[in-house]
Amino acid sequence: MSTFRQAKWSEPLIFELGAPGRIGISLPDVEEEKRVVGEVKIPESIKRTSPPNLPELSEVEVVRHFTNLTQMAYGVDNGPVPLGSCTMKYNPRIAWDIAFNSGVDQLHPLQDERTVQGLLELMYELQKWLANIVGMDVCTLHPAAGAHGELAGVLVIRRYHELKGQLDKKTEIIVPDSAHGTNPASAAMAGFKVVEVPSGEDGNVDIEALKSVVGESTAGLMITNPSTLGLFEERILEIAKLLHEYDALLYYDGANLNGIMGYARPGDMGFDIAHINIHKTFSSPHGGGGPGAGPVCVKNRIVDPERNIKLGDLLPGYIVVYDEEKGMYRLKGPGPVSVGLLKSFFANTIPLLWAYTYILMMGPQGLRKVTEHAVLITNYFAKLMEGVRGYEIPYGRGRFRKHEVVLSARPMAEEVGVTAEDVAKGLLDAGLYAPTIYFPLIVKEALMTEFTETETLENIEKYAERLKEISSIAYQDPSKPKEWPLNTSVGRINVPKANHPKYVAPTWRVYIKKMRGEIQ
Amino acid sequence: MEQHPWIPSLTREQVEKMLRVIGVEKIEDLFSDIPSSIKLSCEQWESLDIGLKRPVSEVEAKRIISEKLSRNKKLKTPPFMGGGVYPHYVPPLVKYIISRGEFLTAYTPYQAEISQGLMQALFEYQSLMAELLEMDVVNASMYDWGSATAEAVLMAVRVNKGRKKIILPENMNPLHKQVVEAYTYPHGVKLVTTPYNRETGGVDLEELKKLVDGETAAVYLQYPNFFGVVEADAKAIGEIAHEKGALFITGVYPVALGLLKSPGELGADIAVGEGQPLGLGLNYGGPYLGIFATRYDMNLIRQMPGRIIGLAESYRGERGFAMVLQTREQHIRREKATSNICTNEALMAIAAAVYLSMLGKNGLVKLAEINYYRAHYAWSRMKSIGLEVELFKYDFFNEFPVSFNKHGVKYSLVHEELLKRDIHGGLYIGNYYPELGETALYAFTELHFKEDIDLLVNTLSEILSKR
Repeated sequence: MSTFRQAKWSEPLIFELGAPGRIGISLPDVEEEKRVVGEVKIPESIKRTSPPNLPELSEVEVVRHFTNLTQMAYGVDNGPVPLGSCTMKYNPRIAWDIAFNSGVDQLHPLQDERTVQGLLELMYELQKWLANIVGMDVCTLHPAAGAHGELAGVLVIRRYHELKGQLDKKTEIIVPDSAHGTNPASAAMAGFKVVEVPSGEDGNVDIEALKSVVGESTAGLMITNPSTLGLFEERILEIAKLLHEYDALLYYDGANLNGIMGYARPGDMGFDIAHINIHKTFSSPHGGGGPGAGPVCVKNRIVDPERNIKLGDLLPGYIVVYDEEKGMYRLKGPGPVSVGLLKSFFANTIPLLWAYTYILMMGPQGLRKVTEHAVLITNYFAKLMEGVRGYEIPYGRGRFRKHEVVLSARPMAEEVGVTAEDVAKGLLDAGLYAPTIYFPLIVKEALMTEFTETETLENIEKYAERLKEISSIAYQDPSKPKEWPLNTSVGRINVPKANHPKYVAPTWRVYIKKMRGEIQ
Repeated sequence: MEQHPWIPSLTREQVEKMLRVIGVEKIEDLFSDIPSSIKLSCEQWESLDIGLKRPVSEVEAKRIISEKLSRNKKLKTPPFMGGGVYPHYVPPLVKYIISRGEFLTAYTPYQAEISQGLMQALFEYQSLMAELLEMDVVNASMYDWGSATAEAVLMAVRVNKGRKKIILPENMNPLHKQVVEAYTYPHGVKLVTTPYNRETGGVDLEELKKLVDGETAAVYLQYPNFFGVVEADAKAIGEIAHEKGALFITGVYPVALGLLKSPGELGADIAVGEGQPLGLGLNYGGPYLGIFATRYDMNLIRQMPGRIIGLAESYRGERGFAMVLQTREQHIRREKATSNICTNEALMAIAAAVYLSMLGKNGLVKLAEINYYRAHYAWSRMKSIGLEVELFKYDFFNEFPVSFNKHGVKYSLVHEELLKRDIHGGLYIGNYYPELGETALYAFTELHFKEDIDLLVNTLSEILSKR
């Protein structure tokens, strides 16, 4: 067993700290302004009568509190975080410096374009680079995350059929059963019915099943390639042809771009629309759940020749364009056929600056190496896990993986009752973050593992060793893994209880009210 | 390329070891399943216009980017511009905490036990925001105010099944309205605009009463509204909605809540807003922080979008935290989820939590007062040089419209003259409200010192006197 021990501060809640009358920041006084203005004139009907019930802390208490909290968290800066399909690669600090310290935090999104030419130039170049990376023609940087990009994409599909006067029959979006949950959810948000197609044993989409559901009502297909099984969809050209025969559009979920960058481009595979997860492939940090950025790129195919409408005209948000005449960059807002605005302003500029720095420094050579090493490491790890008791690697037997590999703890679960969740907790105990578990849904006891190119060989080997160790413990004494984790700041969390209607407390306010019996 | 700081296993020895174990000769063999017709050769790929078509060192990259960013114009003061996001102060402590790698480089806390600190920080964000809003349930963030408003409208339509009409005030942020339009378009939601009262600047109650009916799923109110006006009739507006069984959704600027009644006190069913003013910076459009809250009512909570962290216990009895009510979310419910949101603005939520912790109850009120007084000082000064600033009767918070109509001058010209003097004026709103003509919205915060305001007003006076 490893000697990892996570900090355990038993840190009180912020509401349990501080003392009345303390403050954590010194604010300017406005006595002079007050002398001119007089009393606050806000009408009583809307004037707050008592200050909000916020805790009162000095600055040092705030620093200590949050510092202690960070010590009970775990990111790529601590060790491997092989969450499958999340592409948890290292987030270079040079990009942090540029994104956080370059003064962009002081630029208002509605500022005169002439005052932000430097930034707009960077964003213009980034649009172009991303378009080339995925083999598309036009990109919008507008969406704030991958799922936001998906929504943008399916809304574009919707508008495409609307402009062609065929929306009444184009009501369905096809999604493989191995897809990320966001795909069907995004399709539903754009008002489509979701049709699921199964995967075959080889990990590819079951083409016969696909043929049986594609038809006049098919508006589009959302697919990620490589799939969440880490397998390249070998018949993608055939699929694209089939969908296009019915005038359905192909949407590329860019979550797994790290597995093919520099080797194949969605645009060349027949995709019409693609989103890119800036926080996955292009190294901006995941921030404990966000922010990200989800640019969307399209092939600029003709939608309506008479009105000269192209697919790029349908994109949401603002696109940076270069005005040759004036010799300056401008923001082009949504035009009459665009799907509109999906957030209030331009884009998540800070993560985008991070990506700009990353792509600039890598160059095409570096980006191709990124993919090569992500894939090399995945297959090396898969090989180390081959034949290890308790695990199996379902789907695509004998095929090489791309960015990720999905292990299954099904044998262990069936033979001794030790589950993927138990395995995950055993990894935590060794100071290693667990893979994505129980996903994709088509794999039982799934451990979806993606190390990315930034992980060291030594850690890959250590990880495999730990998985073997867990298995041998499980087969010796299956009760032991149920006690894990032992080395994290708390023991295993009782999730059902936290969700029980009687106990569920989404805020401190609710907890207090429940204690007092004010809410049931 | 045999060395790279971000690809540790690039050495020949390690590559050969991995290839040997896998049983292939070269890395390219691992890509044999990509059809040759679409497989890019090294040469094809490297000829594409990506970066400088070559790797660039760290020092060089820093030089290149700094040089380009230096082409942004240097202004004498922060822009006097709001319209939903504002030039507020970002304390270094906020930036420091969100730069710590354990938070910055983590992801969604799927593994609870090793992520307790992150979850506690997010739970504290939800809890601090709940106190500020006086609402019970807050999620761990949406993208921004506009998208949070859109999600609130979709939620209202789910909660109030069968009702498809949503009433949006004319004096809400027009950009937020556009986001609502884009999100609701596929769902047959009927968006109806209720006018503002030209005298007060607030929502016109009589007109609103005529519009709210048994078909209405929700009434939205932004306060302060887009004109900066404090909406003195907010409570009555909520009552009009509730009388007909419609939900009352409020959109708020959190700093203003130091002086204004909370959504909870006004009877809101859903509260949304923009967390950007709480220590996030302007960031040229993002990341921001969409605030989303509701009352403790399971009918509402079950329809809420986004991630929620809840208090929990370990089986050993320790206090802990867990993601709760996940059966609403896309990774469980897929097409039946309440939203497709996955990656959100968690780190920005933590930033807001840090800032709210620093401010505390008195600091927040004080910050609100500073904003109020700075703006009212500017208003008095502008009035004293003959500018038309009394467009509406109701009081405003830190933003107000300034009309140049009676000076017979286009606002673009005023803007141009200010910019020549390295000052960025307010936001032109005549395009959204033609009836207001040559009018711009000016905003003031703790970052606009009295001297900055004097400089602005004196410059405006000089520009207008030359006409």
